[in-house]
Amino acid sequence: MPLHYSKKVMEHFLHPRNIGEMKDHDGFAEVGNPVCGDQLGFYIKVKDGTIKDVKFLSFGCASNIATASILTEEVKGMTLEDAKKFDWNKIVKDLGGLPKQKVHCSILAVDGLKKAIEDYEGRKK
Amino acid sequence: MQVYLDNSATTKLDERVFEAMKPYMTEQYGNASSIHFMGEENSLALIKAKEDVGLILNCDHDNIIFTSGATEANNMIIKGVARANKDKGNHILVSSIEHPSILKTVKQLEEEGFEVGYIPVDSSGIVDVDQVKKMVKPETILISVMTVNNEIGTIQPVEKIGAFARKQGILFHTDAVQAVPYVPIDIKQWNVDFLSLSAHKFNGPKGVGLAYINRRAKIIPLIIGGGQEYGLRAGTYNLPGIVGMTEALKLAYEEREETVKKISELSAYFWKRLQEEVEDVQLNGDLKNRTPNNFNIMFRRIEGEAILMDLSVKGICVSTGSACSSDVLKASDVLKSIGLEKNDLNSNIRFTLGKFNTREEIDYTIDALKVTVERLRNFTPLK
Ligand SMILES: Cc1ncc(COP(=O)(O)O)c(C=O)c1O
Ligand code: FES
Repeated sequence: MPLHYSKKVMEHFLHPRNIGEMKDHDGFAEVGNPVCGDQLGFYIKVKDGTIKDVKFLSFGCASNIATASILTEEVKGMTLEDAKKFDWNKIVKDLGGLPKQKVHCSILAVDGLKKAIEDYEGRKK
Repeated sequence: MQVYLDNSATTKLDERVFEAMKPYMTEQYGNASSIHFMGEENSLALIKAKEDVGLILNCDHDNIIFTSGATEANNMIIKGVARANKDKGNHILVSSIEHPSILKTVKQLEEEGFEVGYIPVDSSGIVDVDQVKKMVKPETILISVMTVNNEIGTIQPVEKIGAFARKQGILFHTDAVQAVPYVPIDIKQWNVDFLSLSAHKFNGPKGVGLAYINRRAKIIPLIIGGGQEYGLRAGTYNLPGIVGMTEALKLAYEEREETVKKISELSAYFWKRLQEEVEDVQLNGDLKNRTPNNFNIMFRRIEGEAILMDLSVKGICVSTGSACSSDVLKASDVLKSIGLEKNDLNSNIRFTLGKFNTREEIDYTIDALKVTVERLRNFTPLK
């Protein structure tokens, strides 16, 4: 079945923002969806309680890449507290919608980011 | 550039086939069941089509039933034979790599009380005949093993299974959809009782196929109504489709040698360049027992749907068995049954060549593929 991805999804898939490794990060987490098999890795750099920089790695579908890409754009500069409350519905909306079976990609992306924050907070303790 | 490398999904209609079909839409449009001269003319055209097909497949022409495609043929044969032979037994054997039109059909029969055995394949994607021998029971009434697998192109030992089934008095069906023109079909030699084909897989029109039916076997029809096709498949004869399918099948086998030669050369070139220029790729399925048009290739550490979408933007049409591209997020059962590891299951692309592909298209595809694979591998977390 054709997926009918929106223009915005395709744009982020073809030109993902903030992609690649981050050497001197403050937090890192890897997540995967056991059903579809897709995986994401998130790196964050934190300063004064805000996300100063964020990068991601992806082994996943076009929507996996696009959702993580737009998420990194939206949370860069955000306080950790706000980022922890980030609602995946916002990504779906901002991407101009996702195919029904692809909505979970946005949930995986947000989960990955939150786990990277947890990793950062764990290190501080 | 637009490059179509999804010829196992469907093919482009051959212009010559289109020309053969046209008169049956606009001029000779009579109903082949009508008694007047227009009906009679088309009834003769129908018989002629069956005779032509019978010669190619080596079978009696009145054992050929035209259908709307292989999905219908498979449903008709599996359900019709199982239900008609219930008194003899309730056990059916199918290979584990059949098309969903077989696998979902036998699932439905399981709900009706039939018992189904799924014949495994080895890591090369081929059914082992000894396994079939081990799995038959006194209650086995039907065995169904496809001639060529649609995902990985592996050729199955249907002639051996047919000989065994005939000796045991078990009915045998083969879905030969992906065999044309790569494997010459010989119904008598193969000892098959039932066989399915679909015209659009060999440059014929969509929406027409056929079921070869050994009319000595009992079968309950699936579609009933006006009594067409000896009462086995009702519905007004689709003459344009039937004529088109017949023409496409004739051309496929008349030109078999040159088609196979051309595609074998192109695919050898494709595989050579791919292996030399893209790292860490692997061909799925047996290296030798396969049709030359099919390349199901694993691109380690990157995901199939992403590769497919990236190529699609560049005008290249391929398919994938990756979970991400399925509505139900399930990876290909065929790739699972040949034993791929979990991460590898989602990293495969099927390239299927056809007679209209050119060397320029292959060059364009490899060049594009190198960029795609490098881009995606640049940011994979997998080692
Ligand atoms: C092996 C096999 N069997 C059956 C079918 C079904 O053919 P159709 O969709 O034309 O009915 C296909 C095509 O998808 C196939 O590849
Ligand atoms: S299909 Fe599961 S993350 Fe994309």
